[in-house]
Formats: sequence, structure tokens, C-alpha cells
Amino acid sequence: METMTDTDKAVRFDLDETSVRDLNQFLHHELAESGARHIEVLNPNGRHNIAVGMDAPVSVDIRGHAGYFIGGMNKQAGITVHGNVGWSVGENIMSGSIRVKGNASECAGASGHGGLVVIEGDASSRCGISMKGCDIVVGGSVGHMSAFMAQLGTLVVCGDADPGLGDSLYEAVIYVRGTIRGLGADAQAEPMGEEDYARVAALLDKAGFDHDPKAFRRVASARTLYHWNADHHQEY
Amino acid sequence: MSKPTDKPVYIEPNYTYGDATLHYIQQAAEHGLYEIRGLGAKRRVPTFDDLTFLTASASRYPLEGYREKCETKTVLGTRFAKKPIELGIPITIAGMSFGALTAQAKDALGRAAGEMGTSTTTGDGGMTPEERRSSKTLVYQCLPSRYGFNPDDLRQADAIELVVGQGAKPGGGGMLLGQKISPRVAGMRTLPEGIDQRSACRHPDWTGSDDLAIKLSELRELTDWQLPVYVKIGATRVKNDVKLAVAAGADVVVVDGMQGGTAATQQVFIEHAGIPTLAALRQAVEALEEIDMVGEVQLVISGGIRSGADVAKALAMGADAVSIGQAAMMALGCNARHYHMDGQLVDATADYAAIGTAPGYCHHCHTGLCPVGIATQTPELEKRLDVDWGARRVKNYLQTLTMELTTLARACGKSNVHNLEREDLAALTIEAAAMAKIPLAGTEWIPGHDGC
Repeated sequence: METMTDTDKAVRFDLDETSVRDLNQFLHHELAESGARHIEVLNPNGRHNIAVGMDAPVSVDIRGHAGYFIGGMNKQAGITVHGNVGWSVGENIMSGSIRVKGNASECAGASGHGGLVVIEGDASSRCGISMKGCDIVVGGSVGHMSAFMAQLGTLVVCGDADPGLGDSLYEAVIYVRGTIRGLGADAQAEPMGEEDYARVAALLDKAGFDHDPKAFRRVASARTLYHWNADHHQEY
Repeated sequence: MSKPTDKPVYIEPNYTYGDATLHYIQQAAEHGLYEIRGLGAKRRVPTFDDLTFLTASASRYPLEGYREKCETKTVLGTRFAKKPIELGIPITIAGMSFGALTAQAKDALGRAAGEMGTSTTTGDGGMTPEERRSSKTLVYQCLPSRYGFNPDDLRQADAIELVVGQGAKPGGGGMLLGQKISPRVAGMRTLPEGIDQRSACRHPDWTGSDDLAIKLSELRELTDWQLPVYVKIGATRVKNDVKLAVAAGADVVVVDGMQGGTAATQQVFIEHAGIPTLAALRQAVEALEEIDMVGEVQLVISGGIRSGADVAKALAMGADAVSIGQAAMMALGCNARHYHMDGQLVDATADYAAIGTAPGYCHHCHTGLCPVGIATQTPELEKRLDVDWGARRVKNYLQTLTMELTTLARACGKSNVHNLEREDLAALTIEAAAMAKIPLAGTEWIPGHDGC
């Protein structure tokens, strides 16, 4: 750990010299006392579980590519990854934000309850799976089965969406600017309303993307799977 | 119309299309939908009843049944966790959700477990404040649905149980029909009220055992490596799954056999998937033996553990502890004729009949119309469980199991229940001998073993 300056209350960890465990222990137990408002993490080199379980209104910059579960279960913190990430970035995020400057592998924002996940590049399959109230904005495209079983929250896709989008959706809503290559079971395209335009505009603004909300289409649950029904004949 | 005859009539039974099969076909023809129900497998499978103890006589030295000490303390999570769980008895309460059960039932289970110095477990609906308050030692489940899962509750837990599957429905997700999705349940699960909820069967953020290892590390990082991390599997390919769980970093492996219960799933799943607890336990122990992890990773077995004899046999076969779900519910009053209200026993037979069943046969947890107020979310029915009364009964039950366990252990000459061993057992049936790899009583024969 290295204190960057006395004035900006920042500390720097080099993961070639410090373990992820030591970093996380600092973030969980020593951060408040240190008074640091900014943490910089160098040489992540694909390591997993960086900055999981944060609960402080500070910023964390991860300089490079990182592995699985980056920022898992985050509360309050603003985490930025200056690179690509592996699976399940921001899984179970509760509040705060996580921004990935590159691409994200599978299950970005999985089961997130609150807060914002921004992927500036593409996100692979099952982006937003089981999301429970968080917002996810993807600058590029998303892979198949994105927002699978998503319960609440918003997934905004500025690029294209691969097949199976919104399969078994509950009350989460998806907005897609590009091509939708296929909807999943019980997902349906719906007309955009003023509320939708405002919702998309607000999230684009928060995520820092400059697109016309009118270029997006809405996908939501048809709610035909909410109740047990033999007449579906399992042909969803 | 033909005339009645005085001749004796022989009605030939049909074993292929017996009463149960006819009923099944007729129900399927009427509804066009599989049956959903609660509890576990009802079919006859080899169980711990098919084993017996070879207690001490001339060749072994017994301990006096009342006076000599027999240790029951059980420690789980010694591999990596900084704070392993110390339990007073090797009998824990299995994961059952708020939603499937009432908050009062969870409260009663927590209190009883606390009084006996053992743990209880959350379920597929998150942690309620009631159960955290009432449970001295609480295991927090991380399930595929992640309903209500959050880091604050995680840090309040005493151990974490990552659930890969359960014995009643290995490979399937949970199910809670709309009548049990009350406003509070819906809120905790972030679901619309009244929908038929089907939980995910796979975790949302990892797939496969390599990912599982990283997931377990995440949970450890989140809790600063303090808490034991269990991995629970439904008993199918037990040897492989136990080894993978250990390789992924589990402190404790929980194996749930096919008699394990559920609040609701398809009947076809309950009766036709998984292997019996007896066979699962032997395979799990063998898996740990093969990778030299006996003692380093603790093994908890569940699925149809009912009596102190079951507990003793499970420990003798190599389990470190057992977990009970259905039996704990039954101690609370599940399937009893009466419930207890305002100091009186009230007959619930008519309420059982109203949902098409009877005391002793009910598996209607899925309906939410539990006649004794345990597996419901209906406020009027919830009142039927007197929490103090229920907690006392569960405590009595756990106490009885423990007394039976120590009685058998002492009779085998063991001053610690964990010293029970396979050599203390004999099998009463060929099937049990083969599954448990315990010699058939009066022989040295283990079918399928050493080429026999």
C-alpha cells in the first residue's frame, strides 16, 4: 500500500506486491480510519475478487484487466476497471457503481439489487441475469440470454442483443438500440412511452453515452409464465 | 343388470396398474399437468433402519449408559475458516425458507436449536430478522435464486452454505406457488405478489467447478475468511461432486439424499431422481477417503434422518453431523392431528380433509393451506403454531435424538459419538449391505465388494 499524496487522501495497491486478500481486508477494515477517498489498484492482471464487499463512498480505480466477481456485492463505492473483466462483474451489487472501460465476460451485474453497472464495450452472455433492481448500461452489444429471469431493474443495450433476450423475465425492463436477434420465452417487444424515453435518457446520461433515447426499443415480460398453466404445452 | 351371486368372488390384484398407478393415470388424464407436492420421497428405499449396531459384549467394553460421559460436541469448518462452528450436538436444522415456512416456524426452530447448542439454516428467501434473533448459530444459504441475498446478512451469518442442489430435486430449482407469495415474501424475493415462483436451477454467476472455486473465494473474501463455507449437493453422482466441492475449497460438504424434503416440487422429481441417503453417505465418505480429506473437510448428511439411531448410524458410517428438515417440522406439529392454540389442543382433521388428505399423510406444503400453521403464509393459519409450544417440542425432539445417540455410542464403548465406526454396524438386508458397504449381519459378505 502506498499513500499517493497527503492532500487527495488516496492510496495505491500494487497487486504484484500485495495480495487481493490484503487489499480487501484494507477496504473492509482500515479504509474508514485511513481517511482515503480514492484507491488505485495496479497490476490486477486478471486476478479475481478484487474490491468485493465494499461499503464506503469512495472511488476505486483498477488499472488493467481483471478477473471474476470484480466489485461483487458492492455498496456505495464507485469502482472503475480500466480494462476488461471476467465473469460476473458487480454480481449482487447493492448500490454505488461499477464501470468497465473495456469488455465484460459473462453474467455482468448478475442478481444485482441496486446501483449501476456500466460496460463501455461489449458484455457477453447472460448480462443482467436474475437482476433484482440494479441498472445496467452496455455501450456495445450483449450476448445470448441476457437478462435471463431478471426480476427488477433496467438493462440498456446501446448495441445489439443476441438470441434469447429477456428469457423468463419478471418485472425488469430491457431497452435495445441495435438489432435484437431473438427474444427468449415470455419476453415481448413493447411500444416505448414517454416514461421509457425518460428512463433511457436518464441512464444514458448517468452512464455517459450520447444516444437518442428514441432509437431504443423496449422489451418486457409478457407475464404468461407468472402462473402455472398446462396449456403452454412447454412450447415457450 | 346381472343378478348378485352368492359365489365367492376373487378379484385379482394388478401389480402393474395398482391403486396408486391408476390414481396417477386418472389425475394426469384429468389435469394434463404433473403433480406438485411437498416433503420427500415416499417410496421404499434402503435406509438406516436396514442397519443394526453390534454393541459391546465380551469382545468390546461398554460404557455405563447414564453416568459415564459421552461427548457430543461437533466442530464444523476447520479447514480454512478462522471461526469454525462449534455445536453442542451433531444434529443441525436444515435449510428451509421463510416463505415455505412461516416466520413463526423459523423462530421456533431457531430457539430450539439455540437451546440445544446447534445451528439452523436459512432458505430460498433470505434471512429474516426473526430467525437471526432466535438462532444462536445461523447458516446462511447462497442459492441459485439469490432471493434476498445481501452482504449485510452474509456478514451477520455464522457460516455460509452454497447450495448446488438438494436431495428432493437434484438438478431442479425451488418452487413456491402463488398462494404462498404473500406481500412480505414477495418483497424479500423482489417478485410480484401472488405469482407462481420458480427459482433458478443454476447459479447466476458461475458455472462448473472451476468457477465454483472462485465463487467460494469471493464469499470468503467478503467475510474476511472468518466463516466456514459449506457446499450442499443433492445426491446423484456423489463421489464426483464431493471431490469437486472439496477441490473448490469447501470447509464442509453437505450431502442431501433422495429422501430429503422440499416445500414444493414435481412428484416425478421427488420419487425418481437421486440416490438414497444410505448410498450417498457411503459414496461421500469414500470420496473423502480417496482424496485423503477425512477430518479436514467435515461431512454433513441429510435426507430422512428421523431418530437417534439414524444419527448414530450416520456418524458410524463416517458423517461428522446430520441435518434434519422434515423431522424437525414434524416435531413442530406437521402431520399431527392437533394444533395447539390458547393452551388447548384443537383437532385439525377437518382441515386436512378439506385439502384432500389426513393427518399422517399430508404433503400439501405447496398449497399454503397447512392445517397446523407451519408451511403457510396465510395469517389465520399462521396463528395455529404457538411458537413457545413448538420450540419446546423441537427442543425435546433434539434432546431425545441426542440421548438415543449417546445411548448407542456408550453401548458401543465410545466416550465420544464421533468415535462410532463402521465396524460397529451390520446390515440387515442385502441391498443395505451393498449400498452402505457394511457386511450383511452374520456374514462377512458385502455384495459387490472384492468381487463378491
